[in-house]
Amino acid sequence: MIAALLDGVPRRVLALLAVVLALLLAAPFIANDYLLTVLILILYFAYTGQAWNIMFGFAGQLSLGHAIFVGLGGYAAAALYVHFGIAPWVGLAGAIALAAACGALIGFLAFRFGVAGVYFAILTIAFAEFARIGFDHFNWVGGSAGLFLPVANYARNDLWNLRGNPAMFYYVMLALTVAAFLLSHVLLRSRIGYCWLAIREDEQAARALGIDTFRYKMVAVVISAAMTSVAGVFFAFYYNNLFPEQVFHISRSIELILAPIIGGVGTLFGPIIGAFLLTSLAEGLREVMTAFGFDAPGAKQVFYGICLLVVVILVPDGVWPPLARALRLTTRRES
Amino acid sequence: MCVLLDVQGLSKRFSGVRAVQDVSFTVPEGAIFAVIGPNGAGKTTLFNMIAGALAPDEGTIRFAGERIDGVTPDEACRRGIGRTFQMVRPFPALTVEENVVVGALLRAADVGKAKIAAAEVIERLDLDAKRHQKASSLTLPDRKRLEVARALATKPKLLLLDETMAGLRPTETDRMVAILRELNRETGLTILLIEHVMRAVMALASRILVLHHGAPIAEGSPNEVVRNPAVLSSYLGAEAL
Repeated sequence: MIAALLDGVPRRVLALLAVVLALLLAAPFIANDYLLTVLILILYFAYTGQAWNIMFGFAGQLSLGHAIFVGLGGYAAAALYVHFGIAPWVGLAGAIALAAACGALIGFLAFRFGVAGVYFAILTIAFAEFARIGFDHFNWVGGSAGLFLPVANYARNDLWNLRGNPAMFYYVMLALTVAAFLLSHVLLRSRIGYCWLAIREDEQAARALGIDTFRYKMVAVVISAAMTSVAGVFFAFYYNNLFPEQVFHISRSIELILAPIIGGVGTLFGPIIGAFLLTSLAEGLREVMTAFGFDAPGAKQVFYGICLLVVVILVPDGVWPPLARALRLTTRRES
Repeated sequence: MCVLLDVQGLSKRFSGVRAVQDVSFTVPEGAIFAVIGPNGAGKTTLFNMIAGALAPDEGTIRFAGERIDGVTPDEACRRGIGRTFQMVRPFPALTVEENVVVGALLRAADVGKAKIAAAEVIERLDLDAKRHQKASSLTLPDRKRLEVARALATKPKLLLLDETMAGLRPTETDRMVAILRELNRETGLTILLIEHVMRAVMALASRILVLHHGAPIAEGSPNEVVRNPAVLSSYLGAEAL
């Protein structure tokens, strides 16, 4: 199993991965609380970016409403916890089922009726907006007033109920990110991965090679939605509150896709590099501005915009492909 | 020899324009059958109906004894019909090998076996030296051979070639002709080709169907067809002889 995972991956890549993973594992012992929250944010965006990348980067289906899956996942697990005391790891099953079903519905409507490209992207935005407005009026989960999880000072970490200090959340998010990376890696090298890439490159040609494109696109949406909903569960239990206006908002969907776009769409390392660059630079900028006494709301969004512009102009394939070439780390599938 | 492809009374209209009208022909197993005709004669429409990309308005298509008119393109491929496109469309960001592996996965149990099957096809099509190149970096003749390789990797019983020689230099055409002949001779693969390049048609086809304005005007052996007065006046012209 492990041998199959490592097969064909250049040694330099493995060495680099080992170093990065060791650093990430040691981080809570070195970093202060603030740095740890930044790292959690980086991992969060790396994870969600990886999940979105499966749908667009691999299978070529552009979603601009991915916040819907974060929101559904978060709300499902949080509601089960608040109303019935069901632990998040159990609630996760409900969250995944709900998001996967929603993804399947969007996929079915789009792929059965030939909604593709930009129109598919608009459909995903529409669904995220339905959810935002719907949850605003869904009083069982707090409506527009929001859903809150009970907060207390915890003497010890309760991993089962996801109640505890930032270090615990950090390790949970790190495990999720590593799992998402490995899953993407395995999928990309399997039959499914080849079929996705073929569909992304030319759907008609893929069909002429006997690929049931409807089925493979559905699988991509369902996997991506399910993975994203797990991030939603984390989001809910980490921040302890959910507001429809925030979680389902289109700006959230856009935020999710910045990391893979900056890092490199369709690559395995792109979402991670992108999340690291974007989040650390944005946080750094905020620190510098605070140090100089500036207080400009929206500075982060302006900064994201500038980053996007720079990447689109200088490295339209994202930061990772040229970086990998420079470090001679490319595997063939990723060049 | 038994009939592999049996087309009867096939018609297709596009909002009033009769693209294909009442076309019938049969292709025996192991044959190389050519469809020729001027631009707009309905050749590609006919092709698309056989490959499942278009559903016919009238008529039937039987492949290996079973009705296939109206099936989806992926179903047609699974039944054993491989095709190339008039405008080549390899997967640009994938390497030559990956392109062919996608085709080979249809019949292979896993990616490893598909890679082995793909390697054979790549060698046969003379693409070995370029297997790790991206399809987008290939020249047109290489892309055309890659399309044939990708279709062949699905292990078809019938290979549909849509103007595979168009845009090739004579030496490249001869190379492709040699590859196709060898394939046909060694594996017994049945080939149906649409072609403008008469040099290739005459060298390959055992039988030719001529379409004009969507309707068949002649069918026969290459020598019969190029001497047919109707074919000469509507398509080939005196120069072809």
